[in-house]
Amino acid sequence: MKNLLKSTLAILGALVAFTSCNNSANSGGKSGALASNIAEKVYVAPGEHDEFYAFISGGYSGNLTVYGLPSGRMFKEIPVFSQFPTSGYGYSEETKPMLNTSHGFIPWGDSHHPDISQTNGEIDGRFIFINENNTPRIAKIDLTTFETTEIIEVPNSAGNHSSSFVTENTEYVVAGTRFSVPVPQRDMPISEYKGNFQGALSFISVEPEHGHMDIKFQLLMPGFNYDLSHPGRGKSHGWFFFTTYNTEEANTLLEVNASQNDKDFIAAINWKKIEEYVNNGGGTMMPAEYAHNVYDEVTHTATSTMKKEVRVVNPSDVPGAVYFLPTPKSPHGCDVDPSGEYIVGNGKLSANLTVHSFTKMLDAIENKKFDGEAYGIPILKFEDVLAGSVEQPGLGPLHTEFDGEGNAYTTFFISSEVVKWKLGTWEVIDRKPTYYSVGHLTIPGGNSRKPQGKYMFAMNKITKDRYLPTGPELEHSAQLYDISGDKMELLLDFPTHGEPHYAAAMRADIIKERSKKIYSLAENNHDYAAKSDADTKVVRKGNEVHIYMTTIRSHFSPDNIEGIKVGDKVYFHVTNLEQDFDVPHGFAVLGQNTSELLIMPGQTKSSVWEPTKVGVWPFYCTDFCSALHQEMQGYIRVSPANSNVPLKWSMGENIE
Amino acid sequence: MKKAGIIMIIGSLLLLGLFKFPLWNIMLGAPQYPEPLGMNIYIDGIKGVSEFDLQNIDGLNHYIGMKTIPKPNEMWEFSVFPKVILGMALLGAIIGLLGIFNKISYKFFLGWFILMSVLGVLGMYDFNNWLIDYGSNLDPHAIIKVTNPDGTPMSYKPPLLGFQKLLNFDVTSLPHTGGYLMFVGMSLTLVAFWFGRKASLKKTTQ
Repeated sequence: MKNLLKSTLAILGALVAFTSCNNSANSGGKSGALASNIAEKVYVAPGEHDEFYAFISGGYSGNLTVYGLPSGRMFKEIPVFSQFPTSGYGYSEETKPMLNTSHGFIPWGDSHHPDISQTNGEIDGRFIFINENNTPRIAKIDLTTFETTEIIEVPNSAGNHSSSFVTENTEYVVAGTRFSVPVPQRDMPISEYKGNFQGALSFISVEPEHGHMDIKFQLLMPGFNYDLSHPGRGKSHGWFFFTTYNTEEANTLLEVNASQNDKDFIAAINWKKIEEYVNNGGGTMMPAEYAHNVYDEVTHTATSTMKKEVRVVNPSDVPGAVYFLPTPKSPHGCDVDPSGEYIVGNGKLSANLTVHSFTKMLDAIENKKFDGEAYGIPILKFEDVLAGSVEQPGLGPLHTEFDGEGNAYTTFFISSEVVKWKLGTWEVIDRKPTYYSVGHLTIPGGNSRKPQGKYMFAMNKITKDRYLPTGPELEHSAQLYDISGDKMELLLDFPTHGEPHYAAAMRADIIKERSKKIYSLAENNHDYAAKSDADTKVVRKGNEVHIYMTTIRSHFSPDNIEGIKVGDKVYFHVTNLEQDFDVPHGFAVLGQNTSELLIMPGQTKSSVWEPTKVGVWPFYCTDFCSALHQEMQGYIRVSPANSNVPLKWSMGENIE
Repeated sequence: MKKAGIIMIIGSLLLLGLFKFPLWNIMLGAPQYPEPLGMNIYIDGIKGVSEFDLQNIDGLNHYIGMKTIPKPNEMWEFSVFPKVILGMALLGAIIGLLGIFNKISYKFFLGWFILMSVLGVLGMYDFNNWLIDYGSNLDPHAIIKVTNPDGTPMSYKPPLLGFQKLLNFDVTSLPHTGGYLMFVGMSLTLVAFWFGRKASLKKTTQ
């Protein structure tokens, strides 16, 4: 009897084990001992550091946020394409030029796809690039200062979406247009879209030492939508792949009219071939207008230069450089595996995932197995380039990342899940729900030859009930999964800022060692820097008044200023004399029509104040800098426009 | 006596390490300074452990009215100490050399040690006096004035050796590489004396 009971229990135990394996969709609701085990996996003890950095796009915030993994803690919001009153970015005189474009000053942007610079196909952690979708731009952020140091506008582009992905040695950061437009822009009927609009794919060279960007060439492609892209790597280094949709070339009600073709294309671009063509004088210089904004870390000042022409290349002028790979149903993500062999087209309206083979593609090209052409670009036969398909993995595939162990992870927007499948056998290994409707996912180093694995996180479009409610508007949710085992394990649910599109993540060790603590005051070469109290002064030039001001714990110098008149344009040039880590000073004056300034040690920032009222107005340090922060204040006297109060200033004594 | 002489030379030349390495080190940690600020005391001046440590120590000290850390030309010690150390190192080496050739008695080794010890104690006494002045000769207009329970102004004198808590700062004062080299060198001269004595006794018994 006892034995019978025992064996029954054993069988029951086995059944439970099997069902829990198969029914992985339920594993989100673990509790008790298992839940505490999961908590340990994301617990980073006070004072300890996370193992990974995650750089998550802020979407319509225009910025880039910095997170730690596995804790999901946010460390910084880096202002990129949007004004940021917290630091004065886009408000200070030094950083206003960063947001200059051929359309004038633009205070906002829609940031999408960050990508970290690479050397030999491996992430090197020097720079991170991110695209602005709305007014096409690419930004470079320096990962020693975590500040935006360069922004280049992309002419002839519209909806800069298939961007900003870097090639294996950061030779190029690539920016493709989502919307095709008249090139060059002109006044013409919208209905004449078909055959007249074009899609520009821009290859922006990156100078190796400082990362300075310059548009090497733009490939003027047929008027499709270029949705996402990724570089070839390893064997396919030298190629770039772009998904297209709207090969129907519809210009109205695209949700129907651009969903008619059974297959759209992945455009395969041999950029090395075009580079050679261009280096030999190929392509034509087209008049254009686009801003190139560069921030200089020594002058702490950005300059904006308007460029006047861009080199464009017609694909039919470079035979053998561009091919179309038919890919089912309006593919969205275009992802290349770490070996460079597989190109995954995530056909968002398709039931299956399509995977193309780079080797087969080369073979088909060599044997000229073409299936017609589009605007002079050869179309390869679907069957000839297909490596395989993942059958019925889920609904609405969007993006795929890789773990370096031969596995791929694809997000499914409609069925709201991440599916793990095997490259080569195309079998589904695991699936886990996301909360809810996942867009991109990121594996540290997942877009390189050497993914760093361990974690994957899914960035969702819908939050609903995941957190305490905050009214109708919610931050988006993200989920972190442990991917070190066969099955994915949900570890953590954390909110993100704005709308996170893509994210780039990498091991923290390389970046954290290089992170700067202060700016060198000795090297500060700002035109209006006052490097000691002796350099402080107030200079009037007509109705412009320049105040060379210093800050150090815990006073401004000068802190009494008289002789300002209504109608003056007063420039506060504030230098932080500190050379100590994490001792910023802030500056704000009553009635300031811009933002505060937050000035890092060794830095100079300038704020313009145009006083409209007579009075004695206080200014103060906005950052609780020291025990005597509350004493860190000063007064500026504003007299009537016709007064003759002399321009005088002091610190530590009265103005006579 | 040859062995003793060589040890004597090595021992006294180890003093020259003071020209390269700090004699002493004072570290100041605080809740806000998880990476402590520090000063390395060389025989010819005081340097920060990190580039801006001295500037930052001075910046903090202005709140309690301490004088700034002296520059080399502000203290006679920084010009005299190098000469004394160089002189003693050369003297020790000469004594050792003469010892090798049996020109002088091993007792000179002990003599050198005693002279060096007296100079060392004088140096420490002088250093401690400076610490007392630095820590207690405060600006009467200091922003923050802290008094002892008996009403006397608190002294911010760092410890000569060891650990002390000064307001929010944990202050640790210890010899540094140059200092340790000097101690090892001085000990070696004692060893030289001992070997010299042994050799001498052997000789007399023979």
